[in-house]
Amino acid sequence: MKLSLESITKTYGAHRALKGLDLKLESSRCLTLIGPSGGGKSTTLRLIAGLEKASGGSIQVNNKPVPQTEEELRRYRKSIGVVFQSYNLFPHFDALTNIALPLEKVHGVSREESRDRAQSLLSQFKLATHGRKKPSELSGGQNQRVAIARSLAHNPDLILFDEPTSALDPEMSAQILDVIEELIQSGKDCVIVTHQMGFAKRASDYAAFISRGKVEESGKSLELFDNPQCPELAQFLERELKY
Amino acid sequence: MRALLFLDTENESTGISSLAKAVSFALAFSFLCLLAMAAFASLEYDWNWSAVYRYKTKFIDGWLVTIQVSSVSLVVACLIGGLSALAARSPFLPLRYLSKIYIEGTRGTPLLVQILLIFYVFADAAHLDNRYVVGVLVLSLFSGAYVSEIFRAGIESVGSSQLLSAKAIGFTPYQTFRYIVFPQALRRSLPALAGQFANLIKDSSLLSIIAIGEFTLNAQEVNTSTLSTFESFFPLAVGYLILTLPIFYLSRHLEKRLAFDL
Ligand SMILES: Nc1ncnc2c1ncn2[C@@H]1O[C@H](COP(=O)(O)OP(=O)(O)OP(=O)(O)O)[C@@H](O)[C@H]1O
Ligand SMILES: [Mg+2]
Repeated sequence: MKLSLESITKTYGAHRALKGLDLKLESSRCLTLIGPSGGGKSTTLRLIAGLEKASGGSIQVNNKPVPQTEEELRRYRKSIGVVFQSYNLFPHFDALTNIALPLEKVHGVSREESRDRAQSLLSQFKLATHGRKKPSELSGGQNQRVAIARSLAHNPDLILFDEPTSALDPEMSAQILDVIEELIQSGKDCVIVTHQMGFAKRASDYAAFISRGKVEESGKSLELFDNPQCPELAQFLERELKY
Repeated sequence: MRALLFLDTENESTGISSLAKAVSFALAFSFLCLLAMAAFASLEYDWNWSAVYRYKTKFIDGWLVTIQVSSVSLVVACLIGGLSALAARSPFLPLRYLSKIYIEGTRGTPLLVQILLIFYVFADAAHLDNRYVVGVLVLSLFSGAYVSEIFRAGIESVGSSQLLSAKAIGFTPYQTFRYIVFPQALRRSLPALAGQFANLIKDSSLLSIIAIGEFTLNAQEVNTSTLSTFESFFPLAVGYLILTLPIFYLSRHLEKRLAFDL
């Protein structure tokens, strides 16, 4: 994935969430965004996902600018997958339908084929026997695996994760991180917002530290984690690793 | 004995046994009956059930009309309420205000006033002379305002995180409404809708004022012919309870089931 964010600003009413954020990556498999709460990580991710429009600046993914009109944005969103922290799934549909319905209604796959594809994804994520269960009948980790399966179903080029494990206990969160790591190894591009520094260091090739609406530091994750340049990042890492 | 009449406050989680429920209900009910009998004894009331019994078809006919008028009104109220709830969210602002004015105006005035106003003023002007049509129309408009609020609450109960997920998936706004918002809003509205139906049944009694031959009017006519007030109006109350109690029960049941099932 090639990514370029140029002096991005985003305001909510009078509040400035992003204040001229810059980030350029020539080619990256997996980018992690880290930083303190309220720094603007989720906002950045929503802009890359085409879920909101930036107030200023330009975003390019693989040399193509993220579109401006609603019609084109919808087509753009169809080409990526997004997994949020929690409440990804629709509570009134069972797991299978949660995966199959978008395939059928958004991507125009036939009903039988969407359900077949959903079933094989469920099997791939060791959920083969849970397809008929509603989200309320599944554990948090199982729900999140269904959500990841759904984000993969249409074979997107890029998958975005916003703290996919922070609503889970350590055991389940380890499971989910393993799943994500396999995805990266199988060749999917992804951007992950996470507080799991060990995972970020191991699984991602690039990392960016976002604080107060700006990228304060970015680079190869091995270097960034082992040898932080700005004192704020050093302090942040120290605190994150302490607990 | 104590266990039959008192709640075990120390471990409430065990619940109340069905025997205790039955005994306590019977006690409360008999107390009320005794009270009523004492009242009638002091009145030296002259019972005359046979005169009223001769009019039993009149009661049944009125009861059926009440069911029909209320049912048709419920269906129309759901249509009006649905449209009004949609209008309240329309991007075209005058529509929003239209819906707002309708809801506030309807909820802020007594049904009786609406019946009089629509029957004597608007229906007259529009040359609507079938009083049953006017009756259903008034009830539907009245109930529609409440149904609209029920639907609105249902729509708003679908959280913003689900809407964001739907957007991320690539659903159009219409698809989001059709597959995500509407099914959940409808299910969450059902208990309140059932309650609203019970209210409609009770409120329909006011239609007697414009001479619609429903349950209450017919009971009043029996009273006029037989001069047996209690014997005319007691079946009236029972007739309404036969309709409303099961509906309230259904509403409570739906509420409980949905609480576990979302
Ligand atoms: N929809 C919104 N409306 C108003 N303000 C918002 C909105 N979304 C985000 N903000 C504000 O923008 C700032 C950045 O928020 P963002 O969610 O991007 O932070 P974050 O880095 O993801 O934090 P966290 O680690 O807590 O998730 C915050 O101050 C937040 O209050
Ligand atoms: Mg966030």
